Amino acid sequence: MNKQSYFEDFSPGGIIPLTPRTLQAAEMIEFASEYDAQPFHLDEEAGRNSILGGLAASGWMTCAVTMRMIFDDFLKDSVSMGSPGITSVQWRRPVLAGDTLSGLVEILDARRSASKPGMGIVNFRITLTNQKAEVVMVQENPIMFACREAAA
Amino acid sequence: MKHYEEIEIGVEAHLGSHTFTADEIKKFAAKYDPQPFHMDEEAAARSQFGALCASGWHTAAIWMQLMIEYRKRLLAEDPTQNSDHMGPSPGFQNMKWTKPVFVGDTITYSTKPIAKELAPKRPGWGFVTSENAGVNQHGERIFEFTSRVLVGCLK
Repeated sequence: MNKQSYFEDFSPGGIIPLTPRTLQAAEMIEFASEYDAQPFHLDEEAGRNSILGGLAASGWMTCAVTMRMIFDDFLKDSVSMGSPGITSVQWRRPVLAGDTLSGLVEILDARRSASKPGMGIVNFRITLTNQKAEVVMVQENPIMFACREAAA
Repeated sequence: MKHYEEIEIGVEAHLGSHTFTADEIKKFAAKYDPQPFHMDEEAAARSQFGALCASGWHTAAIWMQLMIEYRKRLLAEDPTQNSDHMGPSPGFQNMKWTKPVFVGDTITYSTKPIAKELAPKRPGWGFVTSENAGVNQHGERIFEFTSRVLVGCLK
């Protein structure tokens, strides 16, 4: 059985690198067709003629892919209790077809819940960069975890 | 869709409603957020949520889907408008998933512009800031966030 991470395992100042992920045009278009059908997310030429400068992923897709990256790299082996929301997301640059995204997760702070004993809240900052080392997205959000002492 | 000048501050628009099925909750989760409480009824029953519920990113993606549908309806009502003045978004703030979205829940989404200003670096474009919300069939607010989007000015 995998070692499970609890609230106590997330120390402020800690850094978790994420496994890089390449986004292909086909999956960008598939996501956009269902959730965000704007020309610059669906068509290469429309993308080139837009502010984004090429076929670009929906920002919501970038967020969803980020969710999958943090799941694969640490949430799946943790006692996650979900998230109350997202403090902020900045879509700094377009994510273009074929871009490879690398991610870095910083642990900003961690505190025990005042209302729910046995639960703690960890604030993360996630920075995604493309293959040119340009920052494409910065996200800050809290995630709730069970405390080890409560589980023992 | 309206141009920057035509957007009225404080006027709420209803974007539409969506009923979440178990199949689509699991399908979205399998791709993007495969935590047990979004994937499996039994695991969800044992979780703090008590039943299968949608990924928060799924709840947000459906807001965007209904926003696109809303823009299409505006376009159909006024053929003199077009969509080439809808720009991308620099991001959002204060997204809150205040209650879970369970199987069978019907969420009604809305948007309300609260501020706008011309984009200093992009002549012919302005930023519109809006408060957005999702309410379930019991009248409970389950979702909210503050969006910001570039909108083109009248030519």
